[in-house]
Amino acid sequence: MSKSSCCCSSTHEQTSCKEKNKLERSIIQKSGEIPILSTTLNSQDRVDGWKARWGIGRMNYTIQPGLYGINKPDADSPVLVTANYKLTVDKVRKELMGIDAWILVLDTKGINVWCAAGKSTFGTDELVQRIEDVQLAQVVNHKKLIIPQLGAPGIAAHEVKKQSGFLVKYGPVYAKDIPQYLRDGMKVQPEMRKVHFTLMDRLVLIPMELMPALRWAPVLMLWILIVQLLRDHRLSWGLFVEFVPFLAAILAGSVLFQILLPLLPFRSFVINGWLLGGLTALGLSALFDHSGTLVLVHALLLPPITAFLAVNFTGTTTFTSLSGVQKELAIGVPLMILSILCGMVIQIVSIF
Amino acid sequence: MAMRYLKNVTTLQLDSDKCTGCGVCLTVCPHEVFKMQAKKAVIQDKNKCMECGACAKNCAFDALTVRAGVGCATAVLVGLVKRTEPQCGCQTESSCC
Repeated sequence: MSKSSCCCSSTHEQTSCKEKNKLERSIIQKSGEIPILSTTLNSQDRVDGWKARWGIGRMNYTIQPGLYGINKPDADSPVLVTANYKLTVDKVRKELMGIDAWILVLDTKGINVWCAAGKSTFGTDELVQRIEDVQLAQVVNHKKLIIPQLGAPGIAAHEVKKQSGFLVKYGPVYAKDIPQYLRDGMKVQPEMRKVHFTLMDRLVLIPMELMPALRWAPVLMLWILIVQLLRDHRLSWGLFVEFVPFLAAILAGSVLFQILLPLLPFRSFVINGWLLGGLTALGLSALFDHSGTLVLVHALLLPPITAFLAVNFTGTTTFTSLSGVQKELAIGVPLMILSILCGMVIQIVSIF
Repeated sequence: MAMRYLKNVTTLQLDSDKCTGCGVCLTVCPHEVFKMQAKKAVIQDKNKCMECGACAKNCAFDALTVRAGVGCATAVLVGLVKRTEPQCGCQTESSCC
């Protein structure tokens, strides 16, 4: 086994190490020379996984990198490579019921395979080093590694072969297809190669869109507070009523946008977000029966908020490119700032 | 409806002269950007490219180039503020060491 990647020097880190040991005990059935991972998720795994989805303790949601067994692996069993984000390991092991295999867990600092591959922590160097650390060549008598297809941005298969002698076989995108892939003699069906982004995929991601988005609420609240003080020379509970449109803009950009993504008419996230924010502003004006200036102020302030949150979803989607995002932001961000400034000026001027 | 991103922005380039038709780019591409034609890889749908870099990284013959990166607004904005390359910051906060 490799050395622990977690240094236990301070009290805080000791706690997190204890947490990690607990995580591992919960999934390891028996400890021999190489630990065996269970193929069933218990209620603790599910609760912890749910917490990670909501951003609670997800930065520490890791398991120790190294070699693990599944069921009763022997020297002929396939070697599956994965990341050390526990949610990722859980997704892999629960698909392997009744399959004897080895799992080589790379140190990706608790990040999933695709994201880690993007920054090469799930990468050639780490893989080659890990193969050596666990002395994989002594454990198995074949020279094949199954790498998830989405690990490819970080792994140069020809380099791995050159440096370690192991042949990289790119497996399916999704862990659920691993049993079929193994039954077919490591043949990937074309359907297993494609990344999708279904409603369910998007729904599980919403908490991590919504929670950071809500961090903007105090800033917006402060603005309403200033307006109220200037206008009424006192504060009232009406503050919260006036906050409703802003909350709606936040929800439109961090929940509604994500749900409606495939139905939105444009390719640009900024434009789609602006549209959704505009419709939200319009709908609220009708609902609250707002008058002229306030309608205009909301039409200027709300859509950029929604558009900003919407464009931030690009990092989570499965199909946006860096060049595209840069193009959108170059045009979108100045427009957002302009719109917000206009809205603020008009709102202040309308008071006096 | 298929989700498609901006057109004509990708930096993906394929040099057919260097391509040996090994097909690894077809294997690793998550969006079916490539197809085989006359024993060589060709780009069939450039606008689907998300610049993940998997094809270029795995091409042993340097036939593919792409400016790989994360298509993430947060990363681009953080990079702008810090005056660095786009940084995928949301998941890198290491609480250990």
